[in-house]
Amino acid sequence: MKEFVGLIAGIIFGIGLTVSQMVNPQKVKNFLDLAGSWDPSLMFVMGGALITFGLGYWLFIKGKKKSLLDNDIPLVSQDPIDAKLLIGASIFGIGWGISGVCPGPAIANVGGLNTTMLMFIVVMIVGLLIGEQFKKRM
Amino acid sequence: MTEFTPISAFIGGSLIGLSALMLMYLLGRVAGCSGILSSALKPFSLLKGDWSWRVFFIIGLIVGPVFVSSLSEFSLPTDYTFSSTVILLGGLLVGIGAALGGGCTSGHGICGMGRISKRSIVATAVFMVAAIITVFVTNHVLA
Repeated sequence: MKEFVGLIAGIIFGIGLTVSQMVNPQKVKNFLDLAGSWDPSLMFVMGGALITFGLGYWLFIKGKKKSLLDNDIPLVSQDPIDAKLLIGASIFGIGWGISGVCPGPAIANVGGLNTTMLMFIVVMIVGLLIGEQFKKRM
Repeated sequence: MTEFTPISAFIGGSLIGLSALMLMYLLGRVAGCSGILSSALKPFSLLKGDWSWRVFFIIGLIVGPVFVSSLSEFSLPTDYTFSSTVILLGGLLVGIGAALGGGCTSGHGICGMGRISKRSIVATAVFMVAAIITVFVTNHVLA
């Protein structure tokens, strides 16, 4: 059952990324290019996602301890805002700006079979593994 | 130039939000793509019952776009070529940063911000600003 939920959630997420064109690196870069050919579309992606998830969360989930399929609902992390978070987010932002690709859209692009995107994904996975080691040692 | 597409962007974004809501309501899990991907790559023995839904999420994330591309005008872009700088530097930084910062656009930007997590709000602000500065430098200073 968990597998089925995972599959359906993944399909909906992937369709959302495609319909919104978050999967298009050029569109993402134009969104970030305030001084150039700025395309504000992706603000609407963030808006739609935050309204749907946020409303649903505050209406149906907040205060619940267990999910429907019996896992604990994770609490919002109360960890301090530390160097790992700030440095990690900065590094991530630089990489996102260079490429116009973040992890969700990267995976969603696999079916497009663009060779350079597939290479990007392999390097990104190597980066994730390196980042986990940094996180343990920092 | 890309065309301004607020309606399809909003509809697509709402679907992403719906997916994140499903995962949290039904499974009690955060829809963070970098976290799901790195956990799915770990051996089954480390996560046991919490491993396979992640693998299926990744499969769905790959299949969904192919499915919608074949049925509608919305499709995966194919006509771009990344330079080796983008592949090596971009890929590495996206991966390292997401792992070190504990999340990416989906985990911090949607699930964290949607739950008013201070860490996620700060992380999202930092990576947005870093990305905007990076694009300014690559498009207007170095170009």
